Amino acid sequence: MRRTMLFLPGNTPNMLVNGDTLGADTIIFDLEDAVSPDEKDAARILVRNALRYQSTDNCETVVRINPTDTAFWKEDLKAVIPLKPDVIMPTKVNGAAMIQEVSAYMAQVEKKAGIEEGTVKILPLIETALGVEKSFEIASADKRVIGIFLGGEDFTADMHCKRTKEGKEIFYARTRLVCAARACGIEAYDTPFTDVEDMEGLRKDTEFAKSLGFAGKAVISPRHVDIVNEVFSPTEEEIAYAHDVMDAIEEGKRQGKGVISLRGKMIDAPIVKRASQVLEMEKAIYGGESYE
Amino acid sequence: MKILKNAVAGTLESSDLFVQIEPDENNLTLEIDSVVANQHMDAIRAAVLETLKEFEVSSGKIFIKDKGALDCVIRARVETALKRGGVQES
Repeated sequence: MRRTMLFLPGNTPNMLVNGDTLGADTIIFDLEDAVSPDEKDAARILVRNALRYQSTDNCETVVRINPTDTAFWKEDLKAVIPLKPDVIMPTKVNGAAMIQEVSAYMAQVEKKAGIEEGTVKILPLIETALGVEKSFEIASADKRVIGIFLGGEDFTADMHCKRTKEGKEIFYARTRLVCAARACGIEAYDTPFTDVEDMEGLRKDTEFAKSLGFAGKAVISPRHVDIVNEVFSPTEEEIAYAHDVMDAIEEGKRQGKGVISLRGKMIDAPIVKRASQVLEMEKAIYGGESYE
Repeated sequence: MKILKNAVAGTLESSDLFVQIEPDENNLTLEIDSVVANQHMDAIRAAVLETLKEFEVSSGKIFIKDKGALDCVIRARVETALKRGGVQES
């Protein structure tokens, strides 16, 4: 479950050390855009130490590494892979070859560190026109890939268009990524909403992303965590309905019924699948306890 | 290992610390100024000395201004300064 993925600047101790207390399902230690070139070394060591010494029991950890056309990405991986972050986020991914290159180097570092190959997963950041067009290829590039993630700011810069709150300019990229991810049986995650003060705009943007099929959304401020978590969580009504669906299925089986209906509507495979997803979310959020 | 050149790391922001190092062939000088000196000076000093030991640095001038950094931050900033000062990982 990755409803919220909170970016934390890799060279800012006061945010890094409190990362797992901010309510996000995932925290992303950022070694790329949030760190100036002359501080890359400092950020790498700080993030490594945060992974080594700080508690991250309450959330998943992702490290955003520098692009593969820079001198930094291999050093990033050498520093953090031995600490087994859950996921590595390669940036400006343009095709399968880039993912395979990163994965192969991760395997070398894992082997040297005595970690089973494939332990650390990959979440590619797609933020170029070419990357969007190759999103299916990227999503299916390697068994480590657990999802794909849209970076709207760099994408619109590459498209030579203005990034707006309405987001019409990223509609194609959003739907293309969701479709590519679903076609590969993985999840897609949405770009952050960048106006830290506009909570109404955040909610609207998040609801729209959810309606397109995204499984979660990145946030750049802890203040955005609660709203995004709320939007990507099932409602009480959805949870109650999911339980009713499962109860009806069980009852139908007991009675030997081939066709089962609930509230006058036939329960078919997609409804059961959706109910099952809602109950999985319920378990993940409420720790397996009954919602009531 | 010797500190080969002057170097700095870190910032003066809250929860961070600023480290400045200089070569000195013969003596180890460690000066720490911390906003939490009364409560945590021993722990800060221990974290700095352990990091110096990891890098086998036994001489040099180390000046630290601490703004309430946690142990992992202290170690990271000292390590960064040492590496920038030409100290290789042992």
